[in-house]
Amino acid sequence: MNPATTKTWDEFMEGVWRQNPVFVMVLGMCPTLAVTVSAVNALSMGLATLFVLVCSCGLVSMMRKIVPKEVRIAIYIVIIATFVTVVDYAIQAISLALYDALGAFIQLIVVNCIILGRAEAHAAKNPPLPAMVNATGMGIGFVIGLFALGAVREILGAGSLFGVSLFGPDFQPWVIMVLPPGGFFVLGGWLLLFSWIERRKQRRLTEATQNA
Amino acid sequence: MHETAFQIFVNALLANNFVLAMFLGLCPFLGVSGRLDTAFPMGVATTFVMLVASLCAYGLNLLLGYFHLEFLRLISYIVIIASSVQLVEMVLKKYSPVLFRALGIYLPLITTNCAVLGVALFQTAREYDFVQSVTFSVGGGLGFTLALVLMASVRERLQLSNVPDLAQGTALSLMLAGILSLSFMGFAGLGG
Repeated sequence: MNPATTKTWDEFMEGVWRQNPVFVMVLGMCPTLAVTVSAVNALSMGLATLFVLVCSCGLVSMMRKIVPKEVRIAIYIVIIATFVTVVDYAIQAISLALYDALGAFIQLIVVNCIILGRAEAHAAKNPPLPAMVNATGMGIGFVIGLFALGAVREILGAGSLFGVSLFGPDFQPWVIMVLPPGGFFVLGGWLLLFSWIERRKQRRLTEATQNA
Repeated sequence: MHETAFQIFVNALLANNFVLAMFLGLCPFLGVSGRLDTAFPMGVATTFVMLVASLCAYGLNLLLGYFHLEFLRLISYIVIIASSVQLVEMVLKKYSPVLFRALGIYLPLITTNCAVLGVALFQTAREYDFVQSVTFSVGGGLGFTLALVLMASVRERLQLSNVPDLAQGTALSLMLAGILSLSFMGFAGLGG
């Protein structure tokens, strides 16, 4: 791979893994916990956010030279709100059931810290293409995070995945997992798992250097 | 569906607590709940912004409905919230500079608090009238303050206790929030 592709790939993977918005930066918690009662909801919410994120980062980046510094946040918010309105009406047209399930949380994408954070920290300083690559990485990282939560909660709380029953009729669902407290517990559990992996990696690293 | 003002208030305050049952305003909930003396003013300021935003959103919604411009709702709500936060900032700066300095950076950040936009969106979706909107926003704001204060008190106590290294930080806060949320489920049905 030539250096340019490596850099693009790096920028893409940063959001997907190293700086994962859900597990590493713990941003955008409100939609993360509220809509992840099932895998389908989680995936569609993730994709809606991905779309808004990529479009608004692209537009913010194109306008980065003409936006006055003092009013930039207000302009970003209006750009984001415009794309969210588009997504809101699109979901309403595609699937009314999904629209009812997600409810006000589609419109609440506006105040998702990930989007404003990306616009301010990355898109406002870079040309459109890298900005959109970075935004896509972040968005996919967000989708993965949401899916990880939604799948676990649906499997434990309803005994199914994507609405398909997994354990047969004798399964006693762990109902608390699809209720609000379950969201906190499952996300806390994932964070514990990640910090355990991280710690083990570091311990091995120090042991390796001590032995050498 | 007709709810009395009292039912709406109790529901927003306890049974459907904004933070612990509806997951609104989690960023300040996890970020500002480290100490009790910042958690309480933050809750009060947010409550006030929620009330102002709810009043403005109610008027604005009537106006948009009159001109058939519903598709502009989201954009105009967010602009209204940003400007009412600015207004609160200016008023506080003039009449209570001490509180203004104490809140610092948290004040402008209220703009991106889901709970504020949530109040405006939910009252529109549920078609609340004027009195209902006001009680909903005040109840929600007080519920937010309550959750924040509870969380801050627990976390202050936890600093003195011995928790496993692995569970430090956000993971611990999330587990705590889960337990708080579990206990708030006991209020379910209270609002009738």
